[in-house]
Amino acid sequence: MTSAMNSAVGNGAIIEADGLTREFRVRDGKRRRLLTAVDGLTVRIEPGEAVGYIGANGAGKSTTIKMLTGILVPTAGRVLTCGLRPVPDRRRLARQVGVVFGQRSQLWWDLPVRESFRILAAIHSLTPAAEARRTAELIEQLELGDFLSVPVRQLSLGQRMRAEVAAALLHSPRLVILDEPTIGLDVLSKQRLREFLIGERRLHGTTLLLTTHDMGDVERLCDRILVIDHGRLAYDGDLPGLSRTAGAERVLVVDLAEPLPDLTGLDGARHLSSEAGGLRQRLAFDAEQTTAAKVLAAVSAEAHVLDLTVEEPDIEDVVRRIYAASR
Amino acid sequence: MASRAASAAAADNDPADNGTVAIAWPRETRPPETLGERLRPYRAVLASRARSQRAYRTSFALDLGSSALVGLVELAEVWVLFSNVTALGGMRFNQILLVFGLADLAFSLADLSFGHLDTLPDFLRAGTLDAFYLRPQPILLQLITSDVSLRRLARAAVGAAALGIGLVTAGVTWDARTAVLLPLALVSGYATFAALYVWAAGLQFFLLDGAEMTNAFVYGGRYAATQPASVWSRPLKLVFGFFFPMAFTAYLPTVTLLGLPAPDWLPAWLGWCTPAAAAWSWLMGLLCWRWGLRHYQGGGG
Repeated sequence: MTSAMNSAVGNGAIIEADGLTREFRVRDGKRRRLLTAVDGLTVRIEPGEAVGYIGANGAGKSTTIKMLTGILVPTAGRVLTCGLRPVPDRRRLARQVGVVFGQRSQLWWDLPVRESFRILAAIHSLTPAAEARRTAELIEQLELGDFLSVPVRQLSLGQRMRAEVAAALLHSPRLVILDEPTIGLDVLSKQRLREFLIGERRLHGTTLLLTTHDMGDVERLCDRILVIDHGRLAYDGDLPGLSRTAGAERVLVVDLAEPLPDLTGLDGARHLSSEAGGLRQRLAFDAEQTTAAKVLAAVSAEAHVLDLTVEEPDIEDVVRRIYAASR
Repeated sequence: MASRAASAAAADNDPADNGTVAIAWPRETRPPETLGERLRPYRAVLASRARSQRAYRTSFALDLGSSALVGLVELAEVWVLFSNVTALGGMRFNQILLVFGLADLAFSLADLSFGHLDTLPDFLRAGTLDAFYLRPQPILLQLITSDVSLRRLARAAVGAAALGIGLVTAGVTWDARTAVLLPLALVSGYATFAALYVWAAGLQFFLLDGAEMTNAFVYGGRYAATQPASVWSRPLKLVFGFFFPMAFTAYLPTVTLLGLPAPDWLPAWLGWCTPAAAAWSWLMGLLCWRWGLRHYQGGGG
């Protein structure tokens, strides 16, 4: 009891997993077989880190999150979250962790947003002063003011996600786990949410762990990346390292004023394909070696560019490459 | 109100500053200290549910009306039966009213506060039970207090009326014995029916689409409770007399109260053992619930 409390105070890791494993018995037609969702995960996350936890669908991300928060019991291995054992200490842990599930609401669908906050404040035993302070802070930063009295079921997806994030952070948790927080959001909503999370981390030193399929989330929010594939940790490091390991390229798509033959000889860029007889061309470049601006300058020297977009490397693709490299 | 002000004042100090231990709960949140604080989460949810049910007056009135109708139809069923016979299982109509009233009032109140536990399969299918794991209260208590079905008040009123008429017309002697036996039976009956809902909820973790099966026992149990157990066959006495102690919710206390002859296997002194029946039901219900939760978390068992 005492040792758990001491480590909860702050000198220990915020997440410490050692050989964490979870198996499921699944029915495969008539036969039953054992599926290993998470396979010997060993990782240590320090307070204040922002960690992207990425992997393909079914790679074991959600299972890991459920074990970290005490929803699932591990089949083998050991895990401490905020210095607590998630299953036996679930209720104490709940006061220190906030979780956002992108696809499953934790709000009361028929209640106004403000009322949901009031109930959650009661659930987390916030004092009236703390409740007022924190609610005001979240309303301002997440721009919830316009729809506080609207029932959750009537909110747009972007509004609902902001409300979900506020609800999960109302009790000022030390660790915030976000499971695909930006899924389905438009560019502006994504941007707002990311800015909020960056600010929350800077202001309160909150530890972030987020799963995502969006490379933009990882780039803007995370300083450390864990890649999980088939339940195994395939990569643990920073983003440049990930791109280096995976050799993922970004793609510059340019729309030209006049059709041109394929732009093959550009410095630092590789021609991928042309559309509409050369009006639109796709050029891959390595973000480590050059920048989108330099590639654009090279293109502009040869043609008049009307419009452009930059495509991020597909996260599934990165994971595939990482996995191939780690084998 | 005073305790609220006090805790507000305490919040302005650093929680680690109270002199004893230097456990700084992260910033704002800390475990509740007083009973009032412990109950605050449940009160907040229930108050909000109750408010939203009364928000649309017409709809709420219709709900109340239909709920009362269900209760009245079931009462009419007993009356129709007794328009053909003068006594059933050694009881006259006004005595049966007592059994019906006692059972129906206890059941309606349990249904009002525990009935929504049968929505657990919806949570399981949608994966929303996980949200309950992320809050610092016991899962079962959260689920019980996640809703309240105020419309069942109408049905409880039907039960209470039947009980009242039964008490007045069946020749109950108003003495200290009655004053102890009656509330004891009512509270124990409520607890017994409530435990039945917990038992059924525990099984949902395994059955997923098993609400039909468990409802057969919950509503079958309620129906059995409104009948004189003296007409039951022996297997029925075992199932609804002891395993699901439905006879203890109304029939046995009534037999004891009125000093009626007791049937085989169900002696009249059992009418005093209603708390034991409630305790047994809760033991069974909680074991079932724990077993179900373990299954959900995949911790074996």
